[in-house]
Amino acid sequence: MTSFLARRVAGALVILLIISAITFYLFYAIPRDPARAFCGKICQPETLALIRHNLGMDEPLFVQYWHWLVGIFAGREFVQFGECPAPCLGYSFATQEPVFGAIVDRFPVTLSLTLGASVVILAFGILTGMIAAWKVGQPLDKIASASSVIGASLQIYFVGPLLAFYLVDTMRLIPRPSYVPITESPVEWFTHLMLPWVVLSIIFTANYTRMTRSQMVEQLAEDYVRTARAKGMSNRSVFFRFAWRGAMIPIVTIFGVDLATLLGGAIITEQTFSLHGIGELAVRAVQNTDLPMLLGVTIVGAAAIVLLNIVVDVLYAFIDPRVRLS
Amino acid sequence: MTFPSSTTTDDAADSVDATPPAGSDPAIVGRSPGQLMWRRFRRDKTGVISAIIVLAFFLIALLAPVISALYGKDPYSTYGQNQPGLLNEYGYPIAPNGGMSGEFWFGLEPGLGRDVFMQLVYGIRTSLSIAVIVTVITTVVGVVMGITSGYLGGKTDYVIGRVIDTLLAFPSQLFLIVFLPVVEAAIVLPEEETPVWLRYVSICIVLTVLGWATIARLLRAQVLSLRTREFIEAARVTGASPGRIIFKELLPNLWTPIIIQATLALPLFVGAEAGLGFLGVGMTEPTPDWGRMFQVGVNVYHSDVTYLIFPGVSMLIFVVAFNLLGDSIRDAFDPKTKR
Repeated sequence: MTSFLARRVAGALVILLIISAITFYLFYAIPRDPARAFCGKICQPETLALIRHNLGMDEPLFVQYWHWLVGIFAGREFVQFGECPAPCLGYSFATQEPVFGAIVDRFPVTLSLTLGASVVILAFGILTGMIAAWKVGQPLDKIASASSVIGASLQIYFVGPLLAFYLVDTMRLIPRPSYVPITESPVEWFTHLMLPWVVLSIIFTANYTRMTRSQMVEQLAEDYVRTARAKGMSNRSVFFRFAWRGAMIPIVTIFGVDLATLLGGAIITEQTFSLHGIGELAVRAVQNTDLPMLLGVTIVGAAAIVLLNIVVDVLYAFIDPRVRLS
Repeated sequence: MTFPSSTTTDDAADSVDATPPAGSDPAIVGRSPGQLMWRRFRRDKTGVISAIIVLAFFLIALLAPVISALYGKDPYSTYGQNQPGLLNEYGYPIAPNGGMSGEFWFGLEPGLGRDVFMQLVYGIRTSLSIAVIVTVITTVVGVVMGITSGYLGGKTDYVIGRVIDTLLAFPSQLFLIVFLPVVEAAIVLPEEETPVWLRYVSICIVLTVLGWATIARLLRAQVLSLRTREFIEAARVTGASPGRIIFKELLPNLWTPIIIQATLALPLFVGAEAGLGFLGVGMTEPTPDWGRMFQVGVNVYHSDVTYLIFPGVSMLIFVVAFNLLGDSIRDAFDPKTKR
């Protein structure tokens, strides 16, 4: 287990290094005048000169990249702008703050949003899928297929405001979505994020219902299930102790793939409900052409996906005893 | 993928696999896979209805100027501001349901007071044209990369494979909005106004760069399994050139997955383009764009929810119809696949 984790983390670091190099290159080589682009919409000549000086724009690209890499571990000092402490992913000249700090400030929002939505998707999707498989009946199956087509075609920025209008504005059933730190009040954290979770999970849930159902049906036809039944195992045990595990393996795989889409959906959800998360940070940075911030967000997004994929791999081992992590 | 190459001419039954009743004309004619596909497709009601809806959307996009002339409005005039009595002091339509009336069928846009119906009709043009362009380019790039990777194998395959994996693993929505300003910064400086054509082109570029991997991966897998099949080996043994093997032997077997994948990709690109508009990084004013209608809709829904419903429902209909059409085409091409 330890050696598996060590190898996976090492591999992930190599991938991140490659991605950061490519992203860095794109950000520093494609713009006509990188320093000018980093400066933002409105830029004083003195600021521009300072930026050029601080980023060492006259040096070759790989030296600049090296400075950037060293900055992650040792921190950087930006003359006239300020300190950029240890994990320094760059300095946003437009908002005058270190990129990493800005991302960390907003991280809990995006994390709460995606984690909560994942729970809704998996819990609700798998539950309804199991029910459908338990009673393999035509109606439920058809409803699941139909709603997965419609669900996947729905747009967050349409369903979100629509539900907010009816549930929040008209019926006043739930509070207006916002982010309350879980440390402050877990109950309010939950109630205020309820709607965003539901909206973000809508496009996925029906699909998981359908997949769980078909996986369960497939597993129940397997030999080992027949053996278990022949031994006299009760229907319920076969269902919840045997077939369940087999059905979960492909679901976890697909969920690992969907994580990236989920993160993309989180950006739209944040914008829809004005939650100040990383996605909203990125969108605002685009509007200000704040490229250093975007570079940081890209790297953090890539790191998050790489990390989550390791978590998914570890989850395999818990679900499927055949998977050896060595 | 091989299809039965001959079947009976039984016009009345119009079915592919029905055997003719004894005594009827037993003439056997060959039908191309395309004809077979068309016959199967025609019997699929969902598919036909979806196809009609999709065609209607394309027609509306093409005929937008005609519709505009008949309807007597254009998407740019701010009717609400020009004519008194349409918008109240806060900029919201005075008439109920977002100002829907005989004159303004779908109501008025809050604030600027433009005609919603015209915004929608012209908005289809923007979204659909970008989606079609991107679908065509990603399909071509994906096919080339997929076949190259699968056919050559070895190091080329390894490199292309890793690039595909990386592209598919990362959040494309995030990369979309991140790389859009980078692409634009290659041409304009931040203080300059981005020209509309440049935004259009950069949206296409970014969507293409991030979108070709899906189809490439699919085709790579197909080619990998095809290239060990006997007919390819036979071609190779008889001394066929790689060009002949690729174009005459491999490609005819790949049309089915290519067409299916392209149909499934198009609605995704419509959604992605609208998503960009919604986030405020898509097409800029005054070009009508569905995504930007959603952006306005999210800001005004507290007071005028009708404005949001029109683009929302139109897009839902389009995407559902296109997805169902994609499923039907898949069923028609390849009846054996299990969904």
